[in-house]
Amino acid sequence: MTVNTLKNAAGRSVPLEINGQPVIPFMGVGKYKPNGRRYAPPIPTCSDYPDDGNKVVGSLAEALQKCGLRDGMTISTHHHLRDGDLVSNKVFELASAMGVKDLVWFPSASFPCNNPIIKYLDDGTINRIEGSMNGPLGRYVSEGKMKGTAVLRSHGGRVQAIQDGEVKIDIAVLAAPTADSFGNAKGTGGTSACGVLGYAKADSVYADKVIVVTDNLIDLPCFPMEIEGNYVDYVVVVDKIGIPEKIVSGTTEITKSPDRLLIADLTALFLEKSGILRDGVTMQAGAGGTSLAIAVFVHNILKNKGWKCRFGFGGSTKHMVKMLEEGQMGYILDAQAFDLDSVASIEKNASHIPYPVFNAYNYHSKGNLTSMMDIIPCKVPWSIR
Amino acid sequence: MKKSIAIAGNTGPKVRSDCEIALEINSQGGIIIDLNSKVKALYGDSIIKLIREVLEFYGIKHANVKITDSGALSFVIAARMEAAVKQLIKTDLDYLPDFLIENNYSTTRDRFRFSRLYLPGNNPALMINAGLHSADGIILDLEDSVAPEKKNEARILVRNALRQINFFGAERMVRINHGERGLEDLHQVIPHNVHLVLIPKCESAEDIKDVEKEISRIKSVIDLKNQVFLMPIIESALGVENSFDIARSSENIVAVAIGLEDYTSDLGVQRTFEGKESFYARTRLVVAARAAGIQPIDSVFSDVADMEGLKETVLRSKALGFEGMGCIHPRQVSIIRQGYAPDETEIEKSKKIVLAYESARQKGLGVVALGSKMIDPPVVARAQKTIDLAIRLGLLTANWVNEMPVQENSVLN
Repeated sequence: MTVNTLKNAAGRSVPLEINGQPVIPFMGVGKYKPNGRRYAPPIPTCSDYPDDGNKVVGSLAEALQKCGLRDGMTISTHHHLRDGDLVSNKVFELASAMGVKDLVWFPSASFPCNNPIIKYLDDGTINRIEGSMNGPLGRYVSEGKMKGTAVLRSHGGRVQAIQDGEVKIDIAVLAAPTADSFGNAKGTGGTSACGVLGYAKADSVYADKVIVVTDNLIDLPCFPMEIEGNYVDYVVVVDKIGIPEKIVSGTTEITKSPDRLLIADLTALFLEKSGILRDGVTMQAGAGGTSLAIAVFVHNILKNKGWKCRFGFGGSTKHMVKMLEEGQMGYILDAQAFDLDSVASIEKNASHIPYPVFNAYNYHSKGNLTSMMDIIPCKVPWSIR
Repeated sequence: MKKSIAIAGNTGPKVRSDCEIALEINSQGGIIIDLNSKVKALYGDSIIKLIREVLEFYGIKHANVKITDSGALSFVIAARMEAAVKQLIKTDLDYLPDFLIENNYSTTRDRFRFSRLYLPGNNPALMINAGLHSADGIILDLEDSVAPEKKNEARILVRNALRQINFFGAERMVRINHGERGLEDLHQVIPHNVHLVLIPKCESAEDIKDVEKEISRIKSVIDLKNQVFLMPIIESALGVENSFDIARSSENIVAVAIGLEDYTSDLGVQRTFEGKESFYARTRLVVAARAAGIQPIDSVFSDVADMEGLKETVLRSKALGFEGMGCIHPRQVSIIRQGYAPDETEIEKSKKIVLAYESARQKGLGVVALGSKMIDPPVVARAQKTIDLAIRLGLLTANWVNEMPVQENSVLN
């Protein structure tokens, strides 16, 4: 097979087509102007939905069948249940049992708990993954065992691809810690609370069919709804959508390594001395030991100077919640909650606001939160650590 | 040959920046190197080249070398190779890595020794970045943190560390072993710009004299001019009783430290957070050190997770008259430094006293008063000492008198 390639603006040879679809090579920052209109799912009609608003069906299998699951479809899921996710794998287990082939799995992120997906890549249920591939899943892909070509997408790039119609989601299966029978859903409440569903919002709006899967069905209205019932086709109630102790990631403990603490300390000091850190600063705290430690040192500086961060952008952690509650942070705008303290904070603090990724990292939008922020921690690739 | 296969270094899931070398010297077959390393693709060739160089240096032509590497730097690999070779053949040759030019600095008798970071002598991972943590000194430890069977290889590693690791201006210290073994340690450390030798378990002036004699001997052999300072550690009841004699037993002694784990065990009592059981010993040591004109240094605080407890302990220690404490974790460094340094209130009060004294002197007054309190000459002297300390620590500019806000200065004028 020959692949047509082109040298992009970054000087790298890139293909012009991936998985049979044309792709646009990088032309330089701000050079590519998209045209056309955003993608839109088909127009529905109320007459196809129950008058009483009750969209609950008997099982996930039934919901998938009703959505018309067939070969070659693109199925999206979100990652807020993290390593405790019991829903994503289930979708492909059912699809495999139904004999469906060549699906595209389009997750917002994958975790070690998703390793069983390898089985469905092997048996042909899934053709490829677009999104993130870590651990054994990543190794499987790196070894060239996946049938289709993997497409890695950043969080913002994923939202952009959905909105632009570059990826058309046939069925979004959205796990929801709390939902009502109409399909309104949120990330708090119940036994599988994950706080925010920021990465599921775009899927719910743009997918052809949307299934909400919950283990905590409450009476209408589920409020405040992050997923709006008007976009939802079916609601499925299961015993458990997640394993609670694995939903919260292990990345929110600050590092104990003295060398990394020193890096964090010096970074905070640099931010102060360079004037980047000041009263009214806006920042993201990030996850992972070192960047979290930066937040702790920054917090101390803010406290000592009597400064306040205007808002912090999530993923939220207990360290940001502490800043909020002690008065050194005005608001937390939150796309995902990383630990239990953050989940609790969303329920009790009015200024801790769920905020979808839509408005943050998507380049094809009318402004970008990331360019408005003063401080964004950046993970250094492992290879140059 | 004592034994057929020599093993040096460390390996295991938690080992970093180290390697284990298994060496077998043969009578034929050439050199066979089996390298297992996660950085083999990048550094495999240079590791193998180094191993060959070391073997050639010791005239070994036939050997099996198995190296299990966890990211060891060259000076570590060289140290492990040398240690393995020395288990199998008798030699006085040392395979010395280059001496880093950055390490060619000296120290002074009266420099601060608030914080000194202990580094286990056989653990390269903890040494490599140690200089970044701004401790006043680093202590490469050959004594209690090294297992008895690892003493020989630690000595070689510490020597290479002294030559190859940049400690960024920290005072370069080594804690040798007690007794005869400590005297042997000196041969591998004295020639490599060690600033200060800590002598553990000192009980009498004789202990110091033995070490000093050996140091002089080594220095004269290699014609080394720079002074090597000494810090005895007193860790027993007898040591405490003899502390003044020990403190003044050599002009090279710049500080004396107390080791409370051994001391309390010698007394047969529990070491407590309050420290009542060691109050007498610590006070006595401070007095002995002061009388001998050297710095009294306190015992380490062993709970690395308890930062509040450390802070409290440092403040109590400072109140007793100590001028420093060993650190067993880099996180302790800044707390210990800040704790022994004068705080803002002390500095402010001292500024007022010194200014009041200066103003009275200019007016020709014999008696100085600040508010309702009379100020005696020793009070002024102490205030001046605090001011000097603050200036040396960069907490106060040398020109502080002229930088005072006008109204504060005018009250005193």
